[in-house]
Amino acid sequence: MASAHGSYYLPNPSPWPIVTSASLFLLALGTVLTINGIKLGPWLMLLGALGIIAMMTSWFGQVIGESESGAYNAQVDRSFRWGMAWFIFSEVMFFAAFFGALFYVRMFAVDWIGSNDILWPNFDPTWPTAGPKGPMPIAPGSIPGPNQFTPMGAWGIPALNTLILLSSGATVTWAHWGLLKDNRAQLITGLFLTVALGISFIGFQAYEYVHAYTELGLTLKTGIYGTTFFMLTGFHGFHVTMGTIMLIVILLRALKGHFRPDHHFGFEAVAWYWHFVDVVWLFLFIFVYWL
Amino acid sequence: MATATAHHDAHPTGITRWLFTTNHKDIGTLYLVFSLFMFFVGGTMALIIRAELFEPGLQITNPHFYNQMLTLHALVMIFGVIMPAFVGFANWQLPMMLGAPDMALPRMNNWSFWILPFAFTLLLSTVFMQDQGGGPAGGWTMYPPLAIQGGIGTDFTILSIHMMGISSVLGAINVIATILNMRAPGMTLMKMPLFVWTWLITAFLLIGAMPVLAGAVTMLLTDRHFGTHFFDAAGGGDPVLFQHVFWFFGHPEVYILILPAFGIISQVIPTFSRKPLFGYNSMVYATASIAFLSHVVWAHHMFTVGMPVAGELFFMYATMLIAVPTGVKIFNWIATMWRGALTFETPMLFAIAFVILFTIGGLSGLMLAIVPADFQYQDTYFVVAHFHYVLVTGAIVAIFAGAYFWLPKWTGHMYNERLGKWHFWLTMIGMNLTFFPMHFLGLAGMQRRVPDYALQFTDFNQWASVGAFIFGFSQLLFVILVIQAVRGGKRATAQVWEGAEGLEWTLSSPPPYHSFATPPVVK
Amino acid sequence: MCVVRSQSRRGVLSRLISGITLAAVPVLAAADYQLNLPPPVSYIARRILDLHNLIFIICVVIFVIVFGFMFYAMVVHRKSRGHKPATFHDNMTFEVVWTVIPFLILVGMAIPSTATLIEMTDVSKADMTVKITGYQWKWKYDYPDQDLSFFSSLSTPRDQIEGKAQKGEYYLHEVDNPVVLPVGKKVRFLMTGNDVIHSWWVPQLGIKTDAIPGFINETWTNIDQPGVYRGVCAELCGKDHGFMPIVVNAVSQEEFDKWVVAQKQKASSDAASAGKTWTRDELMAKGKQVFQTCAACHGPNGEGIGPFPKLAGSKIATGPLKDHLNIVLHGKPGTAMQAFGTQMNDVDLAAVITYERNSFGNKTGDVVQPAQVKAAR
Ligand code: HEA
Ligand code: HEA
Ligand code: HEC
Ligand code: CUA
Ligand SMILES: [Cu+2]
Repeated sequence: MASAHGSYYLPNPSPWPIVTSASLFLLALGTVLTINGIKLGPWLMLLGALGIIAMMTSWFGQVIGESESGAYNAQVDRSFRWGMAWFIFSEVMFFAAFFGALFYVRMFAVDWIGSNDILWPNFDPTWPTAGPKGPMPIAPGSIPGPNQFTPMGAWGIPALNTLILLSSGATVTWAHWGLLKDNRAQLITGLFLTVALGISFIGFQAYEYVHAYTELGLTLKTGIYGTTFFMLTGFHGFHVTMGTIMLIVILLRALKGHFRPDHHFGFEAVAWYWHFVDVVWLFLFIFVYWL
Repeated sequence: MATATAHHDAHPTGITRWLFTTNHKDIGTLYLVFSLFMFFVGGTMALIIRAELFEPGLQITNPHFYNQMLTLHALVMIFGVIMPAFVGFANWQLPMMLGAPDMALPRMNNWSFWILPFAFTLLLSTVFMQDQGGGPAGGWTMYPPLAIQGGIGTDFTILSIHMMGISSVLGAINVIATILNMRAPGMTLMKMPLFVWTWLITAFLLIGAMPVLAGAVTMLLTDRHFGTHFFDAAGGGDPVLFQHVFWFFGHPEVYILILPAFGIISQVIPTFSRKPLFGYNSMVYATASIAFLSHVVWAHHMFTVGMPVAGELFFMYATMLIAVPTGVKIFNWIATMWRGALTFETPMLFAIAFVILFTIGGLSGLMLAIVPADFQYQDTYFVVAHFHYVLVTGAIVAIFAGAYFWLPKWTGHMYNERLGKWHFWLTMIGMNLTFFPMHFLGLAGMQRRVPDYALQFTDFNQWASVGAFIFGFSQLLFVILVIQAVRGGKRATAQVWEGAEGLEWTLSSPPPYHSFATPPVVK
Repeated sequence: MCVVRSQSRRGVLSRLISGITLAAVPVLAAADYQLNLPPPVSYIARRILDLHNLIFIICVVIFVIVFGFMFYAMVVHRKSRGHKPATFHDNMTFEVVWTVIPFLILVGMAIPSTATLIEMTDVSKADMTVKITGYQWKWKYDYPDQDLSFFSSLSTPRDQIEGKAQKGEYYLHEVDNPVVLPVGKKVRFLMTGNDVIHSWWVPQLGIKTDAIPGFINETWTNIDQPGVYRGVCAELCGKDHGFMPIVVNAVSQEEFDKWVVAQKQKASSDAASAGKTWTRDELMAKGKQVFQTCAACHGPNGEGIGPFPKLAGSKIATGPLKDHLNIVLHGKPGTAMQAFGTQMNDVDLAAVITYERNSFGNKTGDVVQPAQVKAAR
């Protein structure tokens, strides 16, 4: 298969990988020290995080430069596509671990605790629950007293957020159509709308968390319900944030005139990622909020 | 298909060559050297364990330190030795076997390597924090609630596992992109050497398994520090949940540790039998079935946790089924040797030893799969014997087979065959003396993970300790041999071995910087 | 039971030689080395042994046949003998055969395994119940029907472990209070853990079941001959995992009943002593004895190791008594420090706290009475 530029691009030796690894090390070390209350910790974390951001910017900057200068042929493009696709799959498996945990406790563990009259007499194992020693769940809409919590309902903000994410999936696809037709205005409008929707999702999510902590008596520590609720939606929210940042980068690149109808892996990678985040949300909506 | 850009090639020399490299051979070498180094680190810990177990009573460690050695030994051997060794082989061999100039994503390749030294710095530094509680001491399986009690060392371990996970996933992505996208014209999937196939499947296993491990240790971390209740019944969680998530990773992981070994053996045996591999297609299908089954057998590590009977039966049957595709592989190797023209150079000796000794480990695995019997074996030295037979006399022996097999290609020099044979025989004596008696210890009632034991176990433990030291120190021969081969020796031809077939043997020894700057055409 | 070996000091060489003999003449050597599971004393343990032997023999036969072929090829088909390589690389018939035959063998293995497993898990129609709780690092046995409860921990002296004394016959396999069970009765066990996961394993009974905090696992046995059966904790449970053995004393029903009566008498005399006021010397003497339990973590001289804090000079052990009582009674959740209030009686607690406050260089001079402990509960 003859390609546009004839050859597979082999990059020169590069300092970014090892410096990124070192930053990752500082971030990890800083995290450990911070959660163990050692003063140096947060500073190391900050240093590591800044290092990673700096490296990512330079490294991706270089890749973007190479791409725009036409160094990549179709085969390089395919390597990137395989890479991104399997990276997303690895993320799917990460979420699978947490969904698996949710299903396991809901289907087995809580029932077993409920049927165990020797250790946990009088425990009612219906979901949602915070376990035999945790606060008691009360009906949605009511105000929790001490040692009570209100589970998160599905039809308020979560439903709205579902709508937001689904439409953002549509706008990013619309932007892609624009790109394919070489209609830059449609590309940029589509991306802009997607970013706006992403940010409003994050905003609503943040509001929901505050609401949970201050008014519902629902925190990360609220037994297994609080645990699974915040861990699953939290990791998802983190991914939405990452996705939004990626979208902003793509938007800026589009404004700078990057991407061609036949050569825009960067755009597609971000779009795939965004769709993945979207699909995870649907599962969250069904299994965490609704059922 | 593409040729490589010769594009103002920069070849830094000195240390920056290794730090900044984007070349698959340099990165392969880095991985292999790292792995060999870690083998001595993990091995030294094993020798501390064996020294303590030479006699009943506590002699050189206290129980807490013993548990740290045990945990770190396993983590180092699995994540620091076997996995990096296989990635090293993949880096060297995949482009050469596929007819590609390099790996698909060279910068990321370097990144996945350089994460490892940092991750292990994090992990091993815990040994020097004895006053703060020392290293992780809950076994490599890190079961809560015990792991939740651990000191700061446990947090170091968790974060270092996150880093290792990132490294493995990136490495696996690179392997997949290389295999799916960098094949020379005419190299169809069903023409790829078996080593490539096994790595492709291993890479899928890695991407499926490592993120799950990351999830498991993340839950551990939040239970330790952020008040979540994943593993606490009082909050509605369950300690056994961790075991499910861990083994959903853990069982595929053990096949990650053996499939590339199967690949190496499938290259070596045909070469020294001077006969094509028997049953290529069924080898591929068998590997894929093993990988598929490996995802539905995880709870065979948990037969004694009190699962419902239906669960126990399901996991027993699924586990037993793995014997079928594995058997196909063993039979195919023997059929390859059948009516060949066999010679017994060091790589072949290691390969034959692999087939025999791995089967011993596999058959003891089958015994472990029998649930009622596993109630007696679980958490005893019988299990320790099983997994060292598949890991040491399996994976490690296959790594030696591969190293001897390709060393002439990599260095351009033949290794010292006499020294190789010495290494082989001493290794055989040492490892079998170490691990065979462990079967009896387990049956007789010695539980694993203890620094001290009752008197009736003394004799077999002493054999095992003597064997471990023989085995350990004979590995120094291998180091000498490698250094000799790098330094000089008889020049190796391009084909190296009389029966060798495949693209890598058409390149000079040592091969050029960009393996195939113009892609070869495979008929 | 197992062959007990005296601690003879044979040279490494003679061991190697005996090893080679062992490999050559397994039957002879079996007299000296235990090579298989210990003799079963319950129906299930017997079934397991039979199953184990059956599967083992099948595996050996497979191994011999398969590698018979390989060795034949290695001897006959060598290049040095001038053997010319064949070129075949496929044979459908053979491949199908060696896929189907192993499958059938596996089915053959699965049938008896399934049957045995189903019998093992049938806990119905038990004659009595014993609840077993794993603690770091001892076992607690509750007999709800007999209203009895006691702890059982390792009785091997530390000096033997540290090599300062000759090791006894049952080194590490001996406890202070063995669990006593009647023979010929179906005993149901309820297994749970107090702090971390432990696993209750007595090979001769064919039982190994995990003791998981917050959950109960059920299993059963029916011992058919009186005797002493020894086992160990089989799940890594921290530092002293290797030092929490199990001793089962299987006796006739009459002896069992007598034992129950004797245990009850002991319990009531203990309760009586809690009421009186103790002298400092009495408390210190008793405290030193009780501190054995604490020494597992805090060290015999309160020096601590690793994550376990020093008690010598500790803020709590030398500070206000209230905090000291509090941590010992209620433990510290999330750490290995357990709530000893649920494990020890007032006398033992008073004694051990007094001891801690006046030993290892701690000089508070406090004397804590059982009544104070009772009040602080
Ligand atoms: C490379 C690593 C590796 C490999 C390949 C295997 C392979 C197998 N393992 Fe192993 N295993 C481990 C590494 C590995 N294991 C580790 C590390 C542990 C312990 C973890 C821990 O607790 O720390 C463990 C523990 C372990 C257990 C849990 C034991 C316990 O804790 O109680 C079980 C139980 O079923 C098991 C089973 C098997 C089986 C059935 C296979 C099968 O894949 C084997 C198949 C092979 C054969 C059967 C031989 C060849 C076949 C023939 C010649 C055909 C004819 C044969 C028949 C018809 C019988 N393994
Ligand atoms: C890939 C895996 C792998 C490998 C290669 C090994 C290799 C070895 N293992 Fe390992 N082992 C595990 C994986 C592995 N192990 C796992 C997963 C566990 C379970 C842990 C757990 O329970 O959590 C385990 C547990 C384990 C135990 C059980 C401990 C217990 O349960 O209490 C023992 C006991 O003998 C043991 C021994 C050995 C020995 C003697 C070797 C030998 O092969 C080592 C050979 C020695 C060397 C290669 C050292 C050479 C060093 C020198 C010669 C010194 C020279 C010095 C310098 C140059 C500086 N191992
Ligand atoms: C299983 C291990 C273990 C055992 C057994 C144990 N402890 Fe502890 N103990 C701990 C740990 C761990 C801590 C530290 C808790 C923390 O993080 O504050 C602790 C803390 C303490 C402290 C507070 C010390 C300080 O200065 O912080 C006292 C007092 C104490 N234990 C007394 C006892 C007594 C009395 C016993 C026996 C009856 C005992 N312990 C048995 C593990 C144990
Ligand atoms: Cu209790 Cu191990
Ligand atoms: Cu497994």
